Amino acid sequence: MAAPAFDEHHFASDPLLNYRLDGAFDEMFAAEARPRKHYRGLYELLLRLPVEEMRRKKQAADLSFLHQGITFTVYGREEGTERIFPHDLLPRIVTSAEWEAIERGLTQRITALNLFLKDIYNEGRCLSDGIVPREMIFSCKHFRRQMRGVGVAKNTYVSVMGTDLIRLPDGRFVVLEDNLRVPSGVSYMLTSRQVMKRIFPELFRNAGVRSIDHYPEALLTTLRALAPGGREDPNIVLLTPGVYNSAYFEHTYLARHMGIELVEGRDLVVHDNIVYMRTTGGLRRVDVIYRRVDDDFIDPLAFRADSTLGVPGLFNAYRAGNISLANALGTGVADDKALYAYVPRLIKYFLGEDPILDNVETYILTDPVERKHVLDRLHEYVVKAVGESGGYGMLIGPHSTAEQREEFRKRIEADPRNYIAQPTLLLSRAPCYIDGRLEPRHVDLRPYILCGDQVTIVPGGLTRVAMRSGSLVVNSSQGGGSKDTWVMY
Amino acid sequence: MSRYLERAEHIARVMGVQLNLMLEQDPQSSDRRWMRLLASLGHPGPLTPGADLFTLAQQYTSRQITGGITAARENARHVREQISSEMWEQVNRLFHEVKRMESSGFATTQPIDFLGFIVENAIQFQGVTDSTMNHGEGWQFIQLGRFIERSSATARLLDLFFREFSRPQGQPADSGEHMEWVGLLRSCTAFEAYCKVYTADLRPDRVAEFLLLNNEFPHSVRFACDQVQQSLEAIHQLASTKRTASVAKLAGRMRAGLIFTPLEEIVAGLADFCAEIQKQCARIHTGLYEVFITYPIEAALQA
Repeated sequence: MAAPAFDEHHFASDPLLNYRLDGAFDEMFAAEARPRKHYRGLYELLLRLPVEEMRRKKQAADLSFLHQGITFTVYGREEGTERIFPHDLLPRIVTSAEWEAIERGLTQRITALNLFLKDIYNEGRCLSDGIVPREMIFSCKHFRRQMRGVGVAKNTYVSVMGTDLIRLPDGRFVVLEDNLRVPSGVSYMLTSRQVMKRIFPELFRNAGVRSIDHYPEALLTTLRALAPGGREDPNIVLLTPGVYNSAYFEHTYLARHMGIELVEGRDLVVHDNIVYMRTTGGLRRVDVIYRRVDDDFIDPLAFRADSTLGVPGLFNAYRAGNISLANALGTGVADDKALYAYVPRLIKYFLGEDPILDNVETYILTDPVERKHVLDRLHEYVVKAVGESGGYGMLIGPHSTAEQREEFRKRIEADPRNYIAQPTLLLSRAPCYIDGRLEPRHVDLRPYILCGDQVTIVPGGLTRVAMRSGSLVVNSSQGGGSKDTWVMY
Repeated sequence: MSRYLERAEHIARVMGVQLNLMLEQDPQSSDRRWMRLLASLGHPGPLTPGADLFTLAQQYTSRQITGGITAARENARHVREQISSEMWEQVNRLFHEVKRMESSGFATTQPIDFLGFIVENAIQFQGVTDSTMNHGEGWQFIQLGRFIERSSATARLLDLFFREFSRPQGQPADSGEHMEWVGLLRSCTAFEAYCKVYTADLRPDRVAEFLLLNNEFPHSVRFACDQVQQSLEAIHQLASTKRTASVAKLAGRMRAGLIFTPLEEIVAGLADFCAEIQKQCARIHTGLYEVFITYPIEAALQA
């Protein structure tokens, strides 16, 4: 392919005119005006497309999200107004070599985490061998003592994992955190691809983008593998907290694409430790529940008594081995942010391998030496509450005020187990289409890992974007957006 | 969901016809007509002649239409994984458009276009439903909702009409009354269909017969009732429980009433006959709800 002609005149009116590189790794550009090889196609298209055409495409994409109902409700006015989730038009591209390493690293990680969960809820070898301090496990609010000795189908505690990867300035992908409870966002990965194919057919043609459409089927296969006693043709349902849950769109999306029933707690009943769902034709036995309800709320008899979302008696049926849950209960202990620091050691301990994907350096604040080190330099570190997710309970040192730092210092001193600290990392950036121009924004990457009879990772993931200029927070609850993620052949 | 949309469509059509008639009417009958319209669409009253009934009707119907579409969309969201994406997008898009038309004032400045838009989209939803969804149990429930609402609404319209013009035999008294009958037929999209059967010779007893008993016209009570019974039959076979039999009986009884009551008898007590149909529709609705949705677990475990 001949190099495209970059004539000066065209470039002067170019949407990339004000695009400057900085210390962060840029996904698209190796240097000013020099796109990386796998971004060539996109780059040429951006130079060619008239501004009007881009604007039209952006509008068409927005409308498509609105009509599909991929929205959230903003309250505060007289009645709720619906907004679409922010998304960006330009894809984030990952090469096949990069992907291959990510895939191996995540497979290794989920395998080790499943062995770890089986261990702590049974023999506890890694505790007696001193790999993880006992008090770290037992003080975790997501540790479920009810799960001690409970058999889990195929010993697969985590069957759906969403791991957040970030890219450091040197180009390495590292793991920022694991989500092992009820990770969400996969429907945005799937729908944004569908929208992109409609909006940018010219970009996909001959580009060699790997398909992600088989995710629902892979998820179904994973869930089938968990059927208790290997029952044939198991009845699988998706348990949702209901229509007001912010991920309800995703629940309906997955149920539809897998062809399974979507149920709420009140649609299920337990009789003699067997779980049934109410249908118009009477009761029907259920074998596997893909639950999108947190542990705490799943059974008011076993966990929080005030939960109205759960199914009374479900835990007994589970303990009796009559039903499988995906994910298993009590997996939250392994995505505790303090335990995260031990994952490389766990990989080594359970698999005898070195981790393929590194962790971010993490300070455990119960350790007096590490705590002092961090408290003396709070303005340099990111402090996170261990049990929180979604970007809540976080202090970003360099962007914080003295007041905020003082508040966190007090909180850490009062309850050091509840916090960890990490150096402030410069997430990689990618160009985003914002108000008619291309501007760099920081991104991360969340692939979805499935584990049933085997580990399956659909080539792609959710690229989350910090939509505010300079911001490092990509969580959707904090105004983050998303991008389509392309893994190339 | 389908019931709410059917209702929104009906209200939009009745209101649209009325706005059209209003352009060439004698001012004295206007109050009466608005009162009849409001009552037929379920306005709780009280309605006093002389009040600004036009504005009242406009506000009331637009509230009912928006409310119906919002509720239909909300219901669609609850059964999102049961219906097709095409159906969801149709009702979701309709919802957003209606909101937009309301806030931009289009609904009040261009009411006829607005109402036409509602009718058109509600009908499109039926087409999308019929051609993209499995004609299984869920679809049969959609049919039930649509046709129970339709028989009830048509019956109510006839009920109020014949209470006012209780002189069913013979020709309409004058051209003003002629227009009323045309309006009634148009409110049920029945004018052209009626003409094909009876020519443009409008006679109240024929209008009543057509709207109640014609078994080929999709907005007649008889046709809707046939559909209700067919759907119940299909659901009964799919669900195969004894409990469904009680609802099937209710529908069978309503249908038998339509088929076997002599026409003279119906016409003589037409308003009462229509009121009875509305009651029966309500009973079927309640029966369905009890048998299929809120049944006690004990009943299901025995079955």
